[in-house]
Amino acid sequence: MAHPTQPNRLSSGGLVDRTRTLSFTFDGKTYTGHPGDTLASALIANGVMLTGRSFKYHRPRGILTAGSEEPNALVELREGARREPNTKATMAELYGGLSARSQNRWPSLSFDVMSINSLLSPVFVAGFYYKTFMWPSALWEKLYEPAIRRAAGLGRAAETHDPDIYEKATAFADVLVIGGGPAGLIAALAAARSKARVVLVDENASLGGRAVDDASEIDGKPAREWVDAAERELSGLENVRILRRTTAFGSYDGGTFGAIERVSDHLAAAPAGVPRQRVWRIVAKKTVLASGATERPLVFGNNDRPGVMLAGAVRTYINRFGVLPGKRVIVFTNNDYGATTVTDLKRAGAEVVALVDTRPQPSEMTKRLAGEAQTRLISGGVIVGALGRHGVTGAVIRTNSGDEVKLDCDLIAASGGWNPNIQLATHQGAKPVWNTTCHSFLAGVLPHGMSSAGAASGALSLDKALASGAAAGSAAASEAGFATVPVSVPDARAESEAITPLWRVDNPRGKAFVDQQNDVATSDIVLAEREGFRAVEHLKRYTTLGMATDQGRTANVNAIAIMAEITGRSIPETGITMARPPYTPVAVGALAGHHRGKTFKPTRLPPSYKWAKEQGAVFVETGLWLRPSSFPRPGEGDWLDTVKREVNTVRNAVGICDVSTLGKVDVQGTDALAFIEKLYCNGFKTLGVGKARYGCMLREDGMLLDDGTCARLGENHFFITTTTANAVKVVQHMEYCHQWLWPEMDVQITSATEQWAQYAIAGPKSRDLIRRVVDAEFDVSDAGFPYMGVGAITVCGGIKARLFRLSFSGERAYELGVPARFGDALMRRLMEAGKDLGVCAYGTEALGVMRIEKGHISGPELNGTTTPRDVGLGGMVSSKKDFIGSVLGKRPGLVDPQRPALVGFRPVDRSDRLRSGAHFIPRNAMASATVSEGHMTSTAYSPSNGHWIGLGFLKNGANRMGEIVRAYDPVRNGDTLVEVVSPVFVDPEGGRVRG
Amino acid sequence: MRIACPYCGERSLDEFVYSGDATVTRPDAASPTAMEDFVRYSFERTNPPGMHRELWYHSAGCHAWLVVTRGVATHTIASVEVARDVARAASRTSSDPAAPAKDPA
Amino acid sequence: MSDRYSIFSVLRESLRGHTGWRPAWREPNPQRDYDVIIVGGGGHGLATAFYLAKNHGPLRIAVLEKGWIGGGNVGRNTTIVRSNYLLPGNIPFYEMSMKLWEGLEHELNYNAMVSQRGVLNLYHSDGQRDAFARRGNAMRLHGVDSELLDKEAVRKMVPFLDFDNGRFPVQGGLLQRRGGTVRHDAVAWGYARAADRLGVDIIQNCEVKGFKREGGRIVGVETSRGDIGAKKIGVAVAGSSSRVAAMAGLRLPIESHVLQAFVTESIKPFIDGVVTFGAGHFYISQSDKGGLVFGGDLDGYNSYAQRGNLPVVEDVCEGGMAIMPRIGRVRLLRHWGGIMDMSMDGSPFIDKTPVDGLYLNAGWCYGGFKATPASGFCFAHLIARGEPHPVASAYRLDRFATGHAIDEKGMGPQPNLH
Repeated sequence: MAHPTQPNRLSSGGLVDRTRTLSFTFDGKTYTGHPGDTLASALIANGVMLTGRSFKYHRPRGILTAGSEEPNALVELREGARREPNTKATMAELYGGLSARSQNRWPSLSFDVMSINSLLSPVFVAGFYYKTFMWPSALWEKLYEPAIRRAAGLGRAAETHDPDIYEKATAFADVLVIGGGPAGLIAALAAARSKARVVLVDENASLGGRAVDDASEIDGKPAREWVDAAERELSGLENVRILRRTTAFGSYDGGTFGAIERVSDHLAAAPAGVPRQRVWRIVAKKTVLASGATERPLVFGNNDRPGVMLAGAVRTYINRFGVLPGKRVIVFTNNDYGATTVTDLKRAGAEVVALVDTRPQPSEMTKRLAGEAQTRLISGGVIVGALGRHGVTGAVIRTNSGDEVKLDCDLIAASGGWNPNIQLATHQGAKPVWNTTCHSFLAGVLPHGMSSAGAASGALSLDKALASGAAAGSAAASEAGFATVPVSVPDARAESEAITPLWRVDNPRGKAFVDQQNDVATSDIVLAEREGFRAVEHLKRYTTLGMATDQGRTANVNAIAIMAEITGRSIPETGITMARPPYTPVAVGALAGHHRGKTFKPTRLPPSYKWAKEQGAVFVETGLWLRPSSFPRPGEGDWLDTVKREVNTVRNAVGICDVSTLGKVDVQGTDALAFIEKLYCNGFKTLGVGKARYGCMLREDGMLLDDGTCARLGENHFFITTTTANAVKVVQHMEYCHQWLWPEMDVQITSATEQWAQYAIAGPKSRDLIRRVVDAEFDVSDAGFPYMGVGAITVCGGIKARLFRLSFSGERAYELGVPARFGDALMRRLMEAGKDLGVCAYGTEALGVMRIEKGHISGPELNGTTTPRDVGLGGMVSSKKDFIGSVLGKRPGLVDPQRPALVGFRPVDRSDRLRSGAHFIPRNAMASATVSEGHMTSTAYSPSNGHWIGLGFLKNGANRMGEIVRAYDPVRNGDTLVEVVSPVFVDPEGGRVRG
Repeated sequence: MRIACPYCGERSLDEFVYSGDATVTRPDAASPTAMEDFVRYSFERTNPPGMHRELWYHSAGCHAWLVVTRGVATHTIASVEVARDVARAASRTSSDPAAPAKDPA
Repeated sequence: MSDRYSIFSVLRESLRGHTGWRPAWREPNPQRDYDVIIVGGGGHGLATAFYLAKNHGPLRIAVLEKGWIGGGNVGRNTTIVRSNYLLPGNIPFYEMSMKLWEGLEHELNYNAMVSQRGVLNLYHSDGQRDAFARRGNAMRLHGVDSELLDKEAVRKMVPFLDFDNGRFPVQGGLLQRRGGTVRHDAVAWGYARAADRLGVDIIQNCEVKGFKREGGRIVGVETSRGDIGAKKIGVAVAGSSSRVAAMAGLRLPIESHVLQAFVTESIKPFIDGVVTFGAGHFYISQSDKGGLVFGGDLDGYNSYAQRGNLPVVEDVCEGGMAIMPRIGRVRLLRHWGGIMDMSMDGSPFIDKTPVDGLYLNAGWCYGGFKATPASGFCFAHLIARGEPHPVASAYRLDRFATGHAIDEKGMGPQPNLH
């Protein structure tokens, strides 16, 4: 049943649209509000003051603030997959059908069983966990911790994948203005009129900041009118971008800011294709920080009760939202701003029961305001305790003379002064400096390119805020290189900033909270000090003060000041806290943008992808590439059937594999050979034009970096292939060698990986197939195009191509490269042309099987800790030249004969399966730490041998042929006897490659 | 952090790959102290807390290697130079100050 | 006064407003000299002092800390402990650490909330599976628990991963059930309190400005609170190792890099153990308070600033959403940076230096937190006996000269890739 009355809604005033009514639910109950409301203002309108429970003690809590610093009024918003935990009711804009639930209570908000913790609060003090739950140890994971974890946390995350979309955008600004209050607006105007590109961000739905919240006057008229005019002017300028509902959350190096725009959070659902939120990376030459200030709570007994609210928040609810949070109000303040609240309350029709001013001699203004509001002014008084449990019913006040009086009320509006929002400056290392005028931290030396204005700079009074904003906007534009146009600062009243700090009330009645969400009370600070946790960071970490979702915005300064009082040190001596990003919490999904699911990373498709897809190929992720792993045919039982068939086809007829993913690098120049000689550990001086050679590159520390072939296409022209995995790394390495180590060499390096489609055509009938596509004038006979031959040719009637007679499979084989745009066509032509030869396509599985059968190394052997000697290629390392890795490769540890060396393995029982990752241990040894002699790197079922085979590194392996060792694989319950054999399982003489 | 690539202009950090100290020089492999020299070159670093000359590679841009001089405590960049120019100037001074640098053109 | 921590002392104190607790550590002024000075009041330094006092005493020991104790990486890490290493130079050391973690609360009379809820490393390809099998088998050979899980077993443990729509589908995982998390700050405080009770002077706000030598031998330090003599000095200042070593004229195989860490708002626990994504830079656990604690890759450039940049923030959250898309609406509360001693092979140093009497504990990369107990234990052994402890004997400074790098990832001398 709806409550259409909204008993606390004022009949006029505020920015809400009373002509339209929205209904929403809170804890299953239906209420109404208006467009322009937040959930918090709508709840207040309906008289709902109890909104949540605190973290540790489950104390009833209400709405403390009207902004993003809210520590208490956190709700679960929305339903199902869109459920958002810990949403601040003060920041959630109302939409029709909104549903929200209170958190951290059971079975209900008003009756919460866990509030027993509140009774146990004498036990659950700061540091409690560290002192208990130690006996017996086994119970920690079984009993104590599960109990703690059941009680932990506030709201619940959604249980299924977030269905909304997020996006990222980048903006460049000459002047970025953070905050659309009076200072930010005039700064933006000043900069924009100079033609600078301006980006203005504000975290609220509408601009105006405190000028609107406080119903101030500008140029003698309601501030709202000036704000509207400024907004209109800015909106009309092409060089200005206004981002509303956008929080600048982090300041990063080089003038980069992160900002989060809540694009659709104020709607029941994001329109199709529209993101829920958008992360902006804003790159700014100059930044004006006009982020305002956050009001400090006063620390008194039961200051956390629903109905204790910050004075500024009370004014905001009255002036911006047209709701009155209480009818009988006590205002409690230590400063003139707080005192001004009585005027707003009176105007809104509330009874101001008393103005309790901690100052024995309040300002004349305060006295005057109290008089005008016909309220009792209690000078030098304090509230020692709020009364009431689920809502304030009164307050106990200690007067200047020490007498206590009890007054009834339903709202306490408290103001302890203001903390400038300097977080974005401290993100970049600005050290907060204590200011003894406003009794708060200012940003000290601002980061390069940043200035501050308005309350963020300590200019709390509206006239100063406007003047500082205009000056900062002009200066920023001017420093960014724009001729500034003078901006006249509108008239505004000078407001008193007088304050006499009071950090805590002595002898409070009830717990006096400093960090409300994390339930840190003054007594916890006293205890922390007693136990030696006096450094501010110790205090925070020991008590969890400042670690809640409000990032300590309402807590930290009070806490430091209280610690200073206890230790007798000054506040600056006691310490500072450096804020960490983000300024307000940011959804993980927003920071990820579209990088999730299949679009987590780009997908690279080889040239024959489309054809392979048509064939029903199975694909496998190989880095960013999606490569066919096999091409199953109907009737084949499992992957092994397919792979056997593909291998047998290659070994007996001809197969085709897309190897375009291999890295390809073109190297040209008069020093190309000299450069190649530096790169590879083996020699290339004797390589003739039209020939290719296998080579290994090392890192400078002597370990294998990559292997591949290097073909000499001309006297000064080489063409290198790399492994698929290292294609990018090798190009980077080559550029490094060229640009940094040997800049005098005349050589040019061009990556050509994506320019060439390249197919391996392998098998005894490969030459026959090649012949059918290579144009007739080119000789591909064994004599004319021998093993390791290379040539520029044409195929299919004049298409430029390159032919390489290389073999990874051990069969007669070619690699045929054509410009990538012909890749698809060439695959189709080859398959068509080879039909009667029995051609098949083969994937990475068969490729892998055949390379293992031949003992060729690949990724598992090139693991960054192996040398050429380790893989059996020690003989090819040149001793006659300097190459990358030539010196450090000779270190004793790298030439130790006991190092594991690459050998082959076959199971003693030929029906056993081998698995990579097994360790080799002596046949009769007990499994223990010291017995491992190496590990199996690659295994395959070899169709050519009819059993499983493996490659692996075994200590001193080359000298242990015929020995039997255990392949020990306990994580897969494997323990197999294997025989050490040559790593070449097929055609050890190598005759077949030559045909 | 943003790096002003001399070829491409100012670009975001994520376009670049970092590779460390630019003050170490690859030693002469033929020197009798080559092993010691290479160990020092490859593994020992001054790792200063102030200005650091370091190599960056514009991998998502022009593929130029750059020598960036940057305050490692503040992340402010004092200069960006083309590594090849720095290397050429260095080889000119170290090998034989009198000899003109080999000009590949 | 209450000094011994137990439920009984807590209850007793709760009846008298907790007025009887002693400070967890004294605030002594430095004496003129000590037998051993430990430079650095982080986890490793405090643990070293504790084990020196406990196992090698009586010794007069001081820990000198530039700022407040526990303010370095022990106070800014992602709290994971594990011993799932690959190489023989590492496994026994980290397993010793794991065993010390398992008995820590009783050893220190301090509950650091050692919580063995498991560490699960996901794999996404056959090659990765085999590499994990190799690692798991190596662990088993060293008597360390490890299990290789297939996809279905992983699904049972963490059903909310993106199994079906991922760019790099989950195939399985390597699980160490004894791995888990520890309340990081409490480790520093627990060791500090226990060391203090054994007579160790913990001196905060005392910055070491230089080393004093006589005839090549170390005899003391110059500090912001005056000169202090010492027969032996152990340096445990990860993040600042190069700076401090430079005062003794040493250059180290170390670069300083920034690593960011992340925590979300507190939510009801649903992630039990630690999960690492194998196809991106992301690992996550959930604290006993409810915050999701996660991290990823280094920012990748030399840094002494305790802050990182936006590209890595985005990259880490992308990894998170790729593997665990239900956290999309959970909000990141805070991210911060710590300075890592990144060594040339990704492994640490516990060794004598060329300067007589000066010992070094450094190069922890981002593995330092889990190593804290064993690092302190072995460093204390080295300082007291002049000989490396057997499980830490591979952590020598000269291993690059001899070609015995301990390179778990096979990245070579490129610190930002380890």
